[in-house]
Amino acid sequence: MSLDPATVRRIARLARIRVEEAQLVPLGHELSGILNWIEQLNEVNIDGVEPLTGAANMALRLRPDVVSDGGDVEGVLANAPDRAGSFYAVPKVVE
Amino acid sequence: MSYAIEGRTGPWEIVVGLEVHAQAITKSKLFSGAPTAFGAEPNSQVSFVDAAFPGMLPVLNQEAVAQAVRTGLGLNAQINLVSRFDRKNYFYADLPSGYQISQYEHPIVGAGQIEIQLADGTTRQIGVTRLHLEQDAGKSLHDQHPTKSYIDLNRAGVPLMEIVSEPDIRSPEEAGAYVRKLRSILRYLGTCDGNMEEGSLRADVNVSVRKHGEPYRTRCEIKNVNSVRFVMLAIEAEAKRQIEVWEGGGTVEQETRLFDPNRGETRSMRSKEDAHDYRYFPDPDLLPVVLDEAWVAELKAALPELPDAKQARFIGDFGLSPYDAAVLVAERATADYYEAAAAGRDPKQAANWVTGDLFALLNRTGRTIEDSPVSAAALGALLGLIADNTISGKIAKQVFDIMAETGEGPAAIVEARGLRQVTDTSAIDAAVDAVLAANPDKVADYKAGKDKMFGFFVGQVMKAMAGKGNPGLVNAALKARIG
Amino acid sequence: MVFDLTLAEARAGLRRRDFSSRELTSAFNGAIAALNPTLNAFITTTPELALQQADAADVALARGEHGPLTGIPLAIKDLFCTKGIRTTAGSRILDHFVPPYESTVSANLLRDGAVFLGKANLDEFAMGSSNITSAYGPVVSPWTRNGDNRPLVPGGSSGGSAAAVAARLALGATATDTGGSIRQPASFCGIVGIKPTYGRCSRWGIVAFASSLDQAGPVARTVEDCAIMLQSMSGFDAKDSTSADLPVPDFQAACKRGVKGLRIGVPREYRSDDMPPEIETMWQQGLAWLREQGAEIVDVTLPHTKYGLATYYIVAPAEASSNLARYDGVRFSSRTDGADLNELYENTRGAGFGPEVKRRIMIGTYVLSAGYYDAYYLRAQKIRALILKDFTDVFQTVDALVTPTAPSAAFAQGEKMDDPIKMYFNDVFTVPANMSGIPGISVPAGLDAQGLPLGLQVLGRPFDEETVFAVGAAIERAAGFTAVPGMRAGAGA
Ligand SMILES: [Mg+2]
Ligand SMILES: [Zn+2]
Repeated sequence: MSLDPATVRRIARLARIRVEEAQLVPLGHELSGILNWIEQLNEVNIDGVEPLTGAANMALRLRPDVVSDGGDVEGVLANAPDRAGSFYAVPKVVE
Repeated sequence: MSYAIEGRTGPWEIVVGLEVHAQAITKSKLFSGAPTAFGAEPNSQVSFVDAAFPGMLPVLNQEAVAQAVRTGLGLNAQINLVSRFDRKNYFYADLPSGYQISQYEHPIVGAGQIEIQLADGTTRQIGVTRLHLEQDAGKSLHDQHPTKSYIDLNRAGVPLMEIVSEPDIRSPEEAGAYVRKLRSILRYLGTCDGNMEEGSLRADVNVSVRKHGEPYRTRCEIKNVNSVRFVMLAIEAEAKRQIEVWEGGGTVEQETRLFDPNRGETRSMRSKEDAHDYRYFPDPDLLPVVLDEAWVAELKAALPELPDAKQARFIGDFGLSPYDAAVLVAERATADYYEAAAAGRDPKQAANWVTGDLFALLNRTGRTIEDSPVSAAALGALLGLIADNTISGKIAKQVFDIMAETGEGPAAIVEARGLRQVTDTSAIDAAVDAVLAANPDKVADYKAGKDKMFGFFVGQVMKAMAGKGNPGLVNAALKARIG
Repeated sequence: MVFDLTLAEARAGLRRRDFSSRELTSAFNGAIAALNPTLNAFITTTPELALQQADAADVALARGEHGPLTGIPLAIKDLFCTKGIRTTAGSRILDHFVPPYESTVSANLLRDGAVFLGKANLDEFAMGSSNITSAYGPVVSPWTRNGDNRPLVPGGSSGGSAAAVAARLALGATATDTGGSIRQPASFCGIVGIKPTYGRCSRWGIVAFASSLDQAGPVARTVEDCAIMLQSMSGFDAKDSTSADLPVPDFQAACKRGVKGLRIGVPREYRSDDMPPEIETMWQQGLAWLREQGAEIVDVTLPHTKYGLATYYIVAPAEASSNLARYDGVRFSSRTDGADLNELYENTRGAGFGPEVKRRIMIGTYVLSAGYYDAYYLRAQKIRALILKDFTDVFQTVDALVTPTAPSAAFAQGEKMDDPIKMYFNDVFTVPANMSGIPGISVPAGLDAQGLPLGLQVLGRPFDEETVFAVGAAIERAAGFTAVPGMRAGAGA
C-alpha cells in the first residue's frame, strides 16, 4: 500500500500542516513505509479483547466546584503573537 | 390533522431532530477552576487549562457531573454509571486545544423522553437519544476590526449538556413546545438557567422533509438557533427551501446552515464547508467516569417536583383545567407563587386571579413573577377577603389595582378606603326602595314580563351603594320587593 | 574534585559544609560554559538564577534547615515548563514561549531546595531516540568510540539530560519517557535512568507528547541518586487526573534491600538474532550477578512483546497529533502569517515543526481518520491490553524482569538516519513498559568492544519501584561501572 498524493494532501490539510506539492509523493512513500510496517499487527488475534485506553487503571477523580483560577488576562495573553487589547487576534474568519 | 407543507407535488411531511446545548449551572468550568459568570471582561475568566497552554491538564468538575445526572433523571433517562470523555479534533480560532472534550461513544445519560403539549390539547412523547457533557468553545468577534477576528476565551471550557432528541418532531409547533418544555424542566431542576439571549440554551436544528410514508431524506443542520421563535421559523424556512430543491429536480446536500432572522431564511455556513473528520478518540488525559449508584440515588431523592407531576397534581387535587395547570407549571416560580397564593383558598379562583389579573399586571409593568408588585401572600389575603365576604369580587379587582400601585396590603386598603361590603339589610332595603321609586316605568315593564330588567335594578342598586352592596343580599332584597 | 561526586555525596558535602552550594553551582556553571558549546546539552542556561538559588540554599544550609535536595544543581529537560524561563520542547514553534507556571515535578524539586542550571536539550517534542530532531541542534554524546572521534548520539529524547549528567555538567537531571526516552539515553551515556510507574509523577506542566504514555523520571549517575531525585519528583497531584493517589515509598532505602530470594524473569522474546553478541553476553553477565546475590532466575514469556513497537507507533502519534494541535500560532506558539486563518495554521505548523514531528502528526492523523480508526487505533489499544496482560501474568510468578535496555550501543550522528523505522527500533526493549505503564530502570553494566556503555533494564510491577531500585542497585554493585566519557567536566584536558 502506498499513500497517494491526494490522501497525503487530505491528511496534511486535516493536520493543518503545509506540505509543498513536490513533497506529496516522497512523503507518501515515507508514511506508507511506516504504515506497511505497522500492518504486522494484523496477525494478532484480538477477538474479544477490551481495548486499553490508558495505563492508569482507575476511575476518574472529580474536582469540587470551586472557582480557583482565572483573572490573569496578562498571563493568558503575554505569549500571544498578536493581540488587541484583551483579545487574541487572528486573520478575519468568514462564517 | 398532522402538519404538512403543501408543495407543487402535494403535501410534504417535515422531520426534525434537535440538539440542544444547555449550559450546566456551575461556579467553575468543566475542566478548570476558572469562573463561568456571564459578561466578564474578555479573557478574564480563562485558566491556562482553558487556553490549552502546554502541559495543562483537565480535571473534571463534580457539580457538572451532578447537573448532567439530575437532568438525565429529570428526563426519565437512563443514567450510565460508566461514561467516558473523547476528543473531537478540529481546528478553529475559538477552540484553543484543537479538540473539544466531549462524550462521543459513551455518554453519561442514555435514552429518555419528554412529553410535549400542543395547542389542541393533545400530548406527544418526543424521544431523547442521549445527553452528554462537553466543553463550550470561546467566542470569535468578527466585527471589531476590518481584517482581524478577535478571540475571547471566557466561554472556553464552560460546561455544556448536549441533549439530543430523536427525529420525532413533525412540526414547528412541536419543536417550539419541545424546547419550551425542555427549558422548563431544566429550570425546575436548577441545572440550566435556560437564558437563550445569553447563550445558556441554544439549539442545533436538524431538518429534512419527505413524502408521507417515505424513509428519511437528507437532513441539514441549522446551527446555534437562539430563541424558540427562531427555532420554529428556521424549521419552516428550511423545510420550504428543501421542498423547493426536491421539487425543482435537485438534491438536498447534507450541510451545516445558519438561520438569518432578518431575512427569515437559512444559508450555508462557508466556514464549515471543509469536509470534517473529527478523529474522535478517548481523551488520554482523563479516565472513565464511574458513578456511585448510591450517589445517583441521593441526587434522585433530592429532585424537585417536575412540571408534569405538578400539572397532574394541580388537575387532580385542585380541579384545575389541563390548560390552566399547564400555564401555571411552565415556570417553577409561577407554580410556587400560585401554590402560595392558593393555600387555604379556592384553588380555581386563585388560578383565575394568577393567570388573569396577575399576568396582566406583570405584562403591563414588565415585571417577572419573582419581583411581582403583588406578592403571593398579598394575593392570598385578597382571596381571603373575597371568601369571607369582606369584599365582593368586583371590589377585589379595585383593591388589587391599588395593591399593585401602592404595595399596601388588601385589608388595610379595604379599611382605609371604606370598601368593605355592606351587609346591613336596612341599608340595602333603603337603596332598593330608592331605585324602585325613581324608576316606576321600568318597574311596570318588569312586572309586565320584561325579566331582563332585573339586572338593571341590581346594577342601579350597586351603583347607589358605590359597588359595596353584598350582591347576594341585594338580589334577595330586590326579589322580596318586586318578586 | 566536585565533578566526581555523586548527588548523594555532594549532598553530604553540602550538609557538612565542606563546600557551599554557590561553590558547587559556580563549578557547574563554569563547566557548562566550557563544554556546552561542544555538547549542546542545554538549550537555555540560567547561571545567574542558579547562583541565586544556590545562595538561598546556602542560607538554609547555614540554618540547618535543608530539604532533601538543598543546594544540588540539576538540569531540567526543556519539556518541563519552568515559570519565567523559556521552555521550547526542542521546537521552533515554542521558540519564544515563557511559561507563566512551573510544572509540578520541577516545582517539587524547587520545594526540596534544588538549583536549576538550565534547560536540557531534547528531541523535538520528545520525539526521537538520538536527539537529532531538536530544532536547537543535536546533542553530542560525551562518549566516543575507541580511536574514533566521530560525534555519537546520546540517545533520546532526553539526550541533553543524559549527556549533561554523563559529562558532569549536572548532578542529575529531569527527563521524560514515552517510549524509552529516559532509559535508552541513560544506556547510551553510561548513567542510570528510571521511568517510574505511569501516574507516579505528575504530568502537569510537562509539554505533552503522548498523554497515556508520557512519564517523568530522573537520570543521574547512580541508582541511589535516581532514588533521591525520584523521591522528590513523585507524589499525588490533584491537577493531573491520571496521577496516582498513593504514598511514595522510601526509594533510597529500597536500593539497599538486596535481591536475595527475588525471582527474576528473563523474557525470551527480548532475544533477537540481530542483537550484537556483546549485548547478549552482558545480559547473561547481569543475570549471573543477580544469581550470585541470591536471586532466582527464571525464563518467562511475553508473547506480545514483539508487537509493542508497532503498537506504539499507532498510539503515540495518534495522541501526539491531537496534543500538538494547540500549537497554532494564536496563543503562545510562534506564528508564520497567512492570508486567512487556515493558511496561518498551515504556515505556522509547516514552518514550526521539524520533519519527524510532522511525520508523526501525519501518521497519527491518518490512523484516527474516518474509516481507519478501528483498523489502527482500536486494534492498537486492544494489543496494548494484551501486552499489559503478558506483564500481569508474568508478575504472578516473578518479582522483576531483566533485559538489555537497547538493542545497540550509541551510534554516530548520521547513522540509522535514512529510515525512520530503523531509528524506531532503538526503543524495541523499552516501549512495552510504556504501553503497560510499569516501571523500568536502566543501569550501566559494562562497555562494548568499542568502549561504549551498555545498559541493562529492570522492569517491575506497577508502583513497585522499590524492587526495581533493589535489583538495579544489585546490578550496579556487581558491575562496578567506573568508566567515564572522554568529554567531561574536570577531565583536565
Ligand atoms: Mg451538534
Ligand atoms: Zn455539542
